[in-house]
Amino acid sequence: MSRYVARRLAFLVITLLLTSLIVFVVTQWLPGDVARVILGREASEPALAALRAELGLDKPLPLQYLSWLGRFLTGDWGTSYSTGLPVRDLVLERAGNSTMLAGLTLLIAVPLSVFLGVVAGLKADKPLDATISIGSLAVVGLPEFVTGLILIEVLALRLHLFPANSSIRPGTGFFEALPQLVLPALTATFVLLAYVTRLTRAGVVEEMRQGYVRTATLKGLPRRTVVGRHVLRNALLPTITVLAISFGWLIGGLIVIENVFNYPGLGRLMTFAIDRRDLPLMQAITLLTVLVFALANLGADLLYAALNPRIRLE
Amino acid sequence: MTVNGYNISSMDGYTAGGGGSDPASLFSEERRRGLAAAFSRVGRALRELYARPASALGTTLVLVFFFMALFGPLIAPYSATEQIAGAARQAPSLQHLFGTDHLGRDVFSRVVLGARDILALAGLGTLLAVTIGTLVGMFSAYRGGWVDEISFRLFDSLLALPALLLALLLLGVVGPSRSSVLVVLVIVYVPIVARVVRSVVLSTKQKGFVEAARMQGESTASIVRRDIFPSVTPALTVEAALRFSYAIFLVASLGFLGVGVQPPNPDWGLMVSQARPYVSLTPWALYFPAIAIALLVIGVNLAADGLKRVLLPGRES
Repeated sequence: MSRYVARRLAFLVITLLLTSLIVFVVTQWLPGDVARVILGREASEPALAALRAELGLDKPLPLQYLSWLGRFLTGDWGTSYSTGLPVRDLVLERAGNSTMLAGLTLLIAVPLSVFLGVVAGLKADKPLDATISIGSLAVVGLPEFVTGLILIEVLALRLHLFPANSSIRPGTGFFEALPQLVLPALTATFVLLAYVTRLTRAGVVEEMRQGYVRTATLKGLPRRTVVGRHVLRNALLPTITVLAISFGWLIGGLIVIENVFNYPGLGRLMTFAIDRRDLPLMQAITLLTVLVFALANLGADLLYAALNPRIRLE
Repeated sequence: MTVNGYNISSMDGYTAGGGGSDPASLFSEERRRGLAAAFSRVGRALRELYARPASALGTTLVLVFFFMALFGPLIAPYSATEQIAGAARQAPSLQHLFGTDHLGRDVFSRVVLGARDILALAGLGTLLAVTIGTLVGMFSAYRGGWVDEISFRLFDSLLALPALLLALLLLGVVGPSRSSVLVVLVIVYVPIVARVVRSVVLSTKQKGFVEAARMQGESTASIVRRDIFPSVTPALTVEAALRFSYAIFLVASLGFLGVGVQPPNPDWGLMVSQARPYVSLTPWALYFPAIAIALLVIGVNLAADGLKRVLLPGRES
């Protein structure tokens, strides 16, 4: 097991380094002269040169990358071009908000989608399964802003159950923000629901075909025991990986959802940064997201290996 | 239409290809010759898709939107950008089927003309990504060694970035426009396609007939083209259909976020976000483009699922 963990960790570090290199190339090298991006078109040549020296832009690219990465790792994430505030404070505050939203989403989505997937899988090719499967297939591709607008129309504007706007003030706690979190979390749930349900169903269907299920049934075990004791243990294993992957899905989805509901999370901050061409802000948000995503994947892999010894030996 | 034509024609080469059919049929002369045969293939593929209600519905929806994209200018009564004098904020009527928006533009015309925009962008992006991804995936996997190792480490890291985030980062740097959205689609999807292709190639490489071809002294290019590519086509067709559906999704989302296609183009996602401030005055300007996106995406998903059942039977989900 420890060899497996070490290998996964090394793999994680390589992936993160390569990803940071991609982010660096995209944000530092692709835009051309960063000094001009900051100072604008009318800036004088001496001012540009001074800023280039200050930012280290006159040094060779590999050196720039290393010092950029070093500063990032030591917690110096730079100053936001558009607001003049330290990037780290901005990003970490918004990250907290996004975490609240993601947490509530997972709390609703995971039990619900696993339940639906298991039901659909056990009733494979019966009307109930067809309903769940086609329903999830239809919803799986709906862009989050369409789902979100439908929910706003029905639950906020017609039934007045929840507020349509989720622009909470900085420093609002989870329970205080809860009413405003519900609609965005439900929207995100739809995105995950369809995806996780489909894959859970596939796992259950696959497992129900195995020989040991027939053996257990033929030796007279009640169906509940066959399913609960034998099938689900195996069928739900891949769901762990699926959940980790859907976490990345969730991150992407949250960018749109936060914009639909005006929720002050990382996604909203990202579109703000793009509007203002605020490169340090964009870098920090991307790197933080990638880190969280990669850690979630690692966690899922390790959990999977802990539960399924066959993996470790490969 | 290219994507659809591609899907359907390449698919049949597989389903029919039990033992007798020539693996090179995708490129050989006889294939080009048989235009009539191609039509009957498309017909058969459509019949298979229409055999199940769900995929029949999906295929119909997709065909309707393709029809809209092809003949949009003939169907739309107004231009997409014309601000009709004195006709702002009108409710749906016979004059304006879907009403008019806050600027007095005919929503029906904008929705119809927008079909071409999104299908062309998503379709071209998918086609480019699938072509490049297939070439990279096939050659790199067949060659193996350090080229394969390095390119796939790099692809894995690109995949470590959620697609929308990568798209936003790129668009934030290069600036939003139609062509940058196209480039972004290709960059985001090439690694995914290449991965799928690579995994199929890696398992095909071990097969006896590839070994035999190599012993006969055939060149790498010829082996990849004639022996490996045919075994990749079913998975690739399904992958292309899936990519197409995600591409539509991504284009619409980027439009909604205001970093994709720019105004005054009739991009559905953009139309939705522009209509939001006026939702209480002109709800129709928001709902019709949103419904169009929903129907198109559902259609492509159902059709793609149908294709998967036909081409890759036995593989669930």
